[in-house]
Parts: sequence; structure tokens; C-alpha cells
Amino acid sequence: MRFLLENLKIYRKEAILAPALKMLEAFFDLFVPLVTADIINNGIAGGNAEYIWIRTGLLILLGIFGLAASITAQYFAAKAAIGASASMRKGLFRHIESFGFGELDALGTGTLITRMTSDINQVQNGINLFLRLFLRSPFIVFGSVIMAFTISIPAAVCLLIAVPLLSLVIFGIMKLTRPRYRRTQEALDGVTTQVRENLTGVRVVRAFGREKSETEIFRSRNHLLTQKQLVAGRISALMNPMTFVLVNLALIAILKTGAAEIQLGNLAQGNVVALVNYLSQILIELVKLANLIVTVTRALASADRVQGVIDRKPVMQYGRALPDPDGVPVNVPAVVFDHVSLTYPGAGAESLSDIHFSAKIGSSIGVIGGTGSGKSSLVNLIPRFYDASKGSVRVFGRDVREYEKKALHGCVAVVLQKAQLFSGTIRSNLIMGRPDATDEELWEALRAAQADEIVKHKARGLDEPVEQGGRNFSGGQKQRLTIARALIAQPQILILDDAASALDYATDAALRKALRELPGNRTVFIVSQRASSVMACDEILVLDEGRIAEHGTHQELLRADGIYRDIYMSQFRKAGAAG
Amino acid sequence: MTKNNRKRLPRKEQRAAFKRLLGTLRPYRLYIAVSLLAAAVSVAGQLLIPIETGRAIDQMLGKSGVNFPMIGKILLLIGLYIGLSAFAQWILGICNNRAAFHVARDLRDRCMEKIGHLPLSYLDTHPTGDLVSRVIADVELLSDGLLMGFTQFFSGILTIVGTLFFMLVVNWVIALVVICVTPLSLLVAAFIAKKTFRYFHDQSEARGGETALVSEHIDGMKVIHAFGWEEKSQAAFEQVDEELEKRALKATFYSSLTNPSTRFVNSVVYAGVVLAGSLNAILGGSITVGRLSIFLSYANQYTKPFNEISGVITEMQNALACASRIFEFLDAEEEVPDKADARVFAGHPEGQVLPAGSGGSSPVSDPNGNVPAIILDGHVALTNVAFRYVPETPLIERFSLEVRPGQRVAIVGPTGCGKTTLINLLMRFYDVNKGSIRVSGVDIRDVQRRSLRASYGMVLQDTWLKAGTIAENIAYGCPDAGREQIVAAAKEARAHGFICRLPNGYDTVIAEDGGQLSQGEKQLLCIARVMLSLPPMLILDEATSSIDTRTEMKIQEAFARMMQGRTSFIVAHRLSTIREADVILVMRDGHIVEQGNHDELLAAGGFYARLYNAQFEGMAI
Repeated sequence: MRFLLENLKIYRKEAILAPALKMLEAFFDLFVPLVTADIINNGIAGGNAEYIWIRTGLLILLGIFGLAASITAQYFAAKAAIGASASMRKGLFRHIESFGFGELDALGTGTLITRMTSDINQVQNGINLFLRLFLRSPFIVFGSVIMAFTISIPAAVCLLIAVPLLSLVIFGIMKLTRPRYRRTQEALDGVTTQVRENLTGVRVVRAFGREKSETEIFRSRNHLLTQKQLVAGRISALMNPMTFVLVNLALIAILKTGAAEIQLGNLAQGNVVALVNYLSQILIELVKLANLIVTVTRALASADRVQGVIDRKPVMQYGRALPDPDGVPVNVPAVVFDHVSLTYPGAGAESLSDIHFSAKIGSSIGVIGGTGSGKSSLVNLIPRFYDASKGSVRVFGRDVREYEKKALHGCVAVVLQKAQLFSGTIRSNLIMGRPDATDEELWEALRAAQADEIVKHKARGLDEPVEQGGRNFSGGQKQRLTIARALIAQPQILILDDAASALDYATDAALRKALRELPGNRTVFIVSQRASSVMACDEILVLDEGRIAEHGTHQELLRADGIYRDIYMSQFRKAGAAG
Repeated sequence: MTKNNRKRLPRKEQRAAFKRLLGTLRPYRLYIAVSLLAAAVSVAGQLLIPIETGRAIDQMLGKSGVNFPMIGKILLLIGLYIGLSAFAQWILGICNNRAAFHVARDLRDRCMEKIGHLPLSYLDTHPTGDLVSRVIADVELLSDGLLMGFTQFFSGILTIVGTLFFMLVVNWVIALVVICVTPLSLLVAAFIAKKTFRYFHDQSEARGGETALVSEHIDGMKVIHAFGWEEKSQAAFEQVDEELEKRALKATFYSSLTNPSTRFVNSVVYAGVVLAGSLNAILGGSITVGRLSIFLSYANQYTKPFNEISGVITEMQNALACASRIFEFLDAEEEVPDKADARVFAGHPEGQVLPAGSGGSSPVSDPNGNVPAIILDGHVALTNVAFRYVPETPLIERFSLEVRPGQRVAIVGPTGCGKTTLINLLMRFYDVNKGSIRVSGVDIRDVQRRSLRASYGMVLQDTWLKAGTIAENIAYGCPDAGREQIVAAAKEARAHGFICRLPNGYDTVIAEDGGQLSQGEKQLLCIARVMLSLPPMLILDEATSSIDTRTEMKIQEAFARMMQGRTSFIVAHRLSTIREADVILVMRDGHIVEQGNHDELLAAGGFYARLYNAQFEGMAI
């Protein structure tokens, strides 16, 4: 809510003018029955045609004024609602960009996308309708009652009694049905899940011969849904007849008191017509108010969800340290893990335990281990995607927490497991880490990443368009392009996090050879499940359940006859025996 | 599921869909008849009340000129109308709900039933999202749109006709004013809708663009961070956002003109009635104040049914389009039913019976006891099999293979060579076009599908799990299994360790399709699922592709035990998985190009040897 108000404040003028003008329109509306009564009482009774013409002109004039006020109001309401929601989206997007990996993991991309799109849309509709109606409708309801009082106090009392009763029925039924409609929705979700599962898992369902029992489950869920719908429907079916009865009972009461008042000479015929008119206006506005409440409740729920994202502040604070102005220090290790442990928020156990090693500048480090052994977690600590829960990670002799964000990411580049390209061109993707890279540098990196062929085969070369998420490239092509992108950033530390998994063995080998031959004193981390990818590294860390189980060179580890040897043998027994 | 992709149907198809729909409505025709009757009563009441009100007002001529007995009678009449109309409205609502919800329920049931009878060829070629939306969204729209719409349409027409009738009876001059001016509001509304259509189109285009950008950038947020690209990404977003803002403002503002404009036309009508009525009155016409009040309330209500009807008509057209999509689905050709005298498999050479879940009938003898059960010995023979998914593209041609009981068959070859197709044929997810597949000497088309499928244990690369607990998922093949059996199977599949680390162990509820589990963990669960049901033959399609090689080796031991004495088909990329097979089939373009064991094929120096060496060389660098 706070975030919503902050953004709506930018459009304060519009947000005030819109309801004010709507109220003005309502004000004109309220005069219509009075003028009509006047025509009937004085015009018709007096047989004065000129009077009737003038008053009818007044009615039209009131209509024109109302139209003008209302159109201006609609404009301001639209402007405020749309402006505020556009500004909310910008703010929310900026906020999401400030999130660290921890927050992104916790919230999930699906949730964030929904917040950015449909939730804010919901809020936009809510604001728009709210600005238009929240003053107008109550104003007409109360205004009608007050106007009625100026006509006839006994008749107005009838309205005064009818309004709360009508509100009670309308809002009461809404309140009763809301939780029931929610349950209906839940039941519908259950039915949907069952259908989708039976389609996606059709082979398994049939292989295990479970068609019958799956259909049974569906049937019971489907019937439950119908039952819930009927319950909700039965209550909401009361709304129309009940309001109808109340309004018309009020009509009878007005006619009755009106008749008595006329008999006494306190009232004229036209006034009764006006009173009946006010009654129908009240009903229309109460129904609008009920719809407004539904929309606004929905919008508020969405606004709360957006607020939930905004309230989540990134936990990671960055230091101020910049890289050494004299260039890379030579006498310190590139990366040091000093008894590092990592527990992800909400996880029961440590994902990394007591990791301790150091990597010399210019060395290559292989990280290998089974699924879930903590390989990615380990390398993610170097660019400080996550913070260690115990111990410290040092890059070029300095704790990663002391670095300024840009400075740290400038010297560490990571190629993530999931190869991600953005819509644009190949060039726009490649230069993400260094916008001023020359074509020569781009091609050099592409060659090293074994990706030059991909680009050469494209009609427009580096300017070949990339579609959303890079879907016009295969998995292997994307991986190679993301490796090139990392090389172009010219990092002092390069991390390949299972970045070559989609490449065949030969390309993988050529890639590693090219990386070794690149100029510069680069420290490289290679994470892989394949022994062949890491065996040429200066040092290999073997992870098992979050611990370094073994470390050493390929030869040392083979001799040690431990996990590494197991992995190696499982992947190529013959080659092991031969070499 | 946007409105844009909902095509209007040609009139002829609309009529056909409507006819079919009437059939579906048949069981509820009483509800529908009652609801139409109720609509008529309710409309009549609603139209009569203003008339009686007018009459009452005409009995209040002025001071001491009030006819109380007459007014009393009229008010009583109004009371009666109120009661009747309200009761009719209530009945209308209840009947509509019953008809609508029950029809929706029936259609959903029929759709689900249908899914069970559709051949895989249909399900494989129709996107899941599309089918789900037919069963859920289309049915929902149909029941809302058509049934609710139908009564609304009916009462709308009645209201219009009734109003016209009463107005003409009361005073045709004023009636003409209302009849001539009111359509103006419809014209105005239609004009604005036409003008704003383009703006809405622009808006939804911009919105689509923004959603695409948001998903792409939020999805790739980690990369954006890694390259310090935040500012650039923000700038790109703001540009799109501002475009959307501009277009949304136009669309919203112009569409919001409808209400004030039609309201203005209404005020004009109202003023016209007042003017015509008053002038008529003073010029000695038939009009009285009470009658004028009738016109005033009719003038207020008259546009409403018009607006409703035009909305309802679009909705009903949409609903008919939904109906025809549902019927199209329900009309899809079903898989050939099992033959009347289809046989079942009895046991397994080792004396194992079929797993539970094969229905109430004992697997050993046919329910009718007519056809003797086949003793399953694990012998599989493919003779001259030809198969193609699409008639124009040949896939498998003249494929023959003889598998002896208990043999392990590995199938290798490049992507698209027909490995997975072979499995589709073995499981009879698809039927062969030519030739035959025989198990234990019996053509599988002469066997009940259930029985055939129950005799295979299948683990696919696509790891499908159901929303439910871990234990339920493992016991999917035999729902009666006890906890100890489930745990034993999980241990065998090396899944016990990670299951114990989950918050509620075996009772942890997993989301649809495995949700929070990693691909490797899901695969382990699928393996445990088969380990528990332990059928006489096995099909493993890339069963361990997402599991690291060390765990895989451990599972392989379990697989090896499981495959002991069971005929098994194994599809794998990893040569380490394949090496131990009795027969390796090397497939290429739907044919077996080589056949033999690992050493024989290496010695032969053919395609397999090249494939093997390519990997080997890569590794040795």
C-alpha cells in the first residue's frame, strides 16, 4: 500500500481532480429529479409551455455539464492510474535489480514476473475505478436522501431506512460469497492439475495401468467443484430478488406516505415522481459501489503482494574497495577460501562445509563431484553471488565483502550453467561486460570459445538478431556464445560453471585448449561432472556432500584411489586402463 | 487464452455446435424450461410495477383529492407483483446455476473420459496447454456465456418487447420519442468501441512486449548481475514501459468515454420525454402525471437491455466457439479398443504375478474365463515392422529383431534415429503400420493393452511425477504397497538418502511435476517407482541421464540385479551404460545398421566403433 501511495503521489493533482469532478457530475445528476418535479408541478399544472421549454433546456444543460465534468474526470483518473502503475513497474523493476541471488532464489522468477505484470495491472484497474467512483457513488446515495428530505420529511425517512437495509443485503451477500468463490477457485485448480497431469504423464499413467483410478480422482474433484459452485451460486442468487423486494417495498412506502402528504396538501404529484426517481438512483449506485469494492479488494491484494516484494530488502551490502591501482598484485593468491561454510537460508543442512584452499594467480582449478555435491555453490561464492555463512572468501588478498560490486564483478566473470542470451543482436549480447570492445576482440573471443563458426554462418554476422531468450540458437551454440561473452569482459578470474555440458567431447577439448593458449595471466575455474574436462587442470578439487573430499592433480588423484578414480573409471574404464 | 485468438465461427458451424449443445442440455431441459418461464414472469413483474406506480400517482390529484381505497388496491397489486417477480428471479437464478454447473461438470467428465481413450498420436501432437484450456477454460466460458447468456438474452428481448408494447399502449407520441432517440446511445457506444479497438490492440501489443522483456530480464537477472548490466537493463525496461503507458492511457481514456456519452444520450431521452409529455399534457393530450412517470422510469431502463443484449451476443458467439472446440476434442478418433477376445499375460518365468492395480480380475484367467491366459516367457519378436508418425516421412522400415527371454538389448544411435519410437511400439503407445510385434509368440494387438503394459517396467528420460507425497509417487504402480516395501524400493534406487533429507521424509508433498526436486532426484524416484512394481520386462529410456556417474554406477548394480532374468530394452547415450548389454542395436534412420555385443562391434570397426572412438578421443585429450 505504501509503495502504491508513493507512486500515486506523483499524480496528486489528477488523483484529486478526478474524484472531485466526478462529484460535480453527481451534483448535476441530483438536480434532475428536482427540475422534473418543478416541470410537473408548475409547468403542467400552470399550463405554461414556455416554462416547460426553459426547464427542459435546463435538463439538457445539466446533462452537458455532467458530460463535460465526467469526461475530464475520466481523463484524470486514467492518467493517474496508468501513470502511477507505470511508475510502480519502474520502481519494482529497479528494486528487483537490486536483489542478490539469495532474494532471487527465494522469490522465484515466476512470482516476480507475475508481480511485475498482472498484479500491477490489477492495481491499475483498481485505482482507475476507485478514483471514478469512491466519491461519486456515496455522494449520490447520501445526496439523494438529503434531496428527498428537502421534498418531504416522512417520505425521506422511507429512503433513510431503505439505504442501510439495501447496503446490508448487497454487502452481506458479497461478504458471504467471497470465501466460497475462493474455495470454488481452489477446487477448479485441483481439477486443472488433474487434467494437466494426465496429459503430461500419459505414458506413465498408461504404463502403470492407472487410467481408471486417475479418472476416478478426476471425477471426485470435478463433482466437488460443482458442489462448491452450487453452494456459492445459491447464495449469490439471493442478491437480485432481495434487492428487488427491498427497493419496491420502499417504493410502496413512498407512495403511501406521498399519498398521505398530498392529501394534507404538503406535497404535489411531481414531488412523488422525483422521490421515486431518487430511489432508483440509489439502487444503481449501490450496485456500482459493490462492484467497486470487489475490484478494489482485488487490487489491494495485488498491491500487498507487490509491497511484499518491495519490503524485501537485499541483504547483501557492498564495500568500497576498488581493485589495486597498480594492476593485479603478484604476490597474493587469486582466490582463497578460508574455512568457508555455506548454509542457504531456510535449508536444514550446510551445502558447503569447511572449504579451505587457495588458487595461485594464473592457475587452473577443476571442481568435480556428483549431483548436489556443492560444486556450483563453491564457485558462486567467488563473485559473491552468495555470502559465506562461516569463514571468508578472499580475492587478490581482500575479503570479497570489502569490494565495491562493480569492481568485484569486473575482475570475476562467470559463465553460468544455464546459458542465457537476451534479445538484441549477437554483438549486443557479447559486449555486455565491456561495451567498448572492438570487432577484432569479439572475433578473438569467439574463436577461443569455438563460436566463430556459429557467427560466420549467420547472414548478418555479429549483427544477427537474437530472439527472446536466444531461442533461435541451440543449447550448445548458446553455451559457446556465453563463454565468448565472458572472455570479452577480460576478467582476471574466469569461472566456467558446467558451461560446456551441451558440447560434445571434441569441442569441449578444443575449447579448453584455446582457453589455455589465450594471452594474459588468467585464473580459471572449471566446474564439471566430466573427468575429461578437469583432468588437465593444475589442481582438482573433488567435492562430496559439500566437503572437499580430495584434491591434487589428475595423476595424484588417480593414485589416491578415491572418489575421483571412481568417477574417472565410471566414465571411461578403457581409457583409464590404457593410459 | 486472450480474446484475440478466439475466432468467430462461420454461421453454419455455429448452428451445428448449437445443435450438439442442445443434446448436452437434454438432461437439464426441465431446469431450462423453468428458468425461461421464470424469466418471463420476472420481466412481466418488473414492467408492471412502473405502470401501477403511475396509476397510483394519478390517484393523488392534490389536497383532499387522494383516492385512498383505490391506492390501497394498487399498492396491494404492486406487492403481489413484487412477490411474484422476486420469487421468479430467485427460481431463475437457482435453475440457471443448476443447469450451467451440471452441464459443465458433465462436459468435463466426458473430456476426461475421452483423454483416457485417445491414442498417444493425438496427445503427442496436441499441445498440453491447448487441451487443458479446452477442458477447463472453454467449458467454463461455455457454461457461463451460453447458459447465463441465454436467459439474459431471453429476458432482454422480453423487456424490450414488453416496454415497447406498454409505451405504445400508454401514449404512442412519447413512445416514438423514446424509440427514436434511444438507439442513439447504442450508436454512440458502437462508435466508441470501434474507435478504441485499435487502441486496445496497440495496448495489448505493448503489454505483450513488456511481458516478454520482463520475463527475459528477470529470468536472466543473474547474468545481468554478473556483467553489471543493471543500468542498461533498467533503461531498456523504462523505454518499453513508457510506450505502454502512452498506449494504455489512450486505450483506457477513449474506452471510458462510453459511459458518460451513453449517459448523456439517456439524459437527452429523459428530457425529451419530459418535454413531449408535459407539452402533450397542457395541450390536452391523454397524458397524466402518473403516465409521465411510467415513461420516465421506462426511459431510464430502456437502454439497459439493449446494452446487455449486445454484450450477451458476443459472449454467446464466444461460447459457441468454445463449444465447437470442446466437441471437436470429443469427436477426436479414439484408439482402437482391445479386441473382445483380447488375452492377458499370466505370470513370469520366475513365477511372479502381475503387480496389483491390474483391476479386480485375476490376471491369471480372463474375466470370462473363455480365453486362456498367455504364459509370459519374455520372448519378444519384431517382424518386418514399418512405422511412420506422418504418412509422408518414413521412419522405421522393415525392422526385424528377435529377443530371447532374459536378454539385455541396448539401443544406440544419433538423435532422431528411432530409439524412442521403438519404445512407443513395444508399449503399444502406437500401433505398427506393417509387420507385427509378438511377445511370447502372441501378437500384441491380440493382448489387452493393460496387461501388455503391466508386463513392462518403464523409466523414461522425461521424469513425470504426480502432485502428492513421495511415498504415493513411489507406490504409483502398486498403490497397496506398504511403507517397508516403499522404503526398500527407494533404497534400491539410491533415493532413500535424499528422501530422508526432505522436510517430511517420505510424506513430503511434492508439487505438480516434481517442483522443488532436481532432475536427478526426480529420476531416482522414477527408478524407485519401477523397482517397487518389478514387472517381468524392462524399458529404460535414458533412465539415468541426469544422475551423476558415480550414483549411476550404484544404480546400475541395482538395475543389473533387476535385469537378471528379465528381458530389457535400454536406450542410452552413455556408452558406459551400454557396454554390458547382450545385444547392442545400432540404429540410424530407422534401420538397424549394426547388431552385436560391444567387443564384436568394436572389432567390426563400423558406425558403433566410430561413435565410441569419437567420445573416447575427446576424453583422452
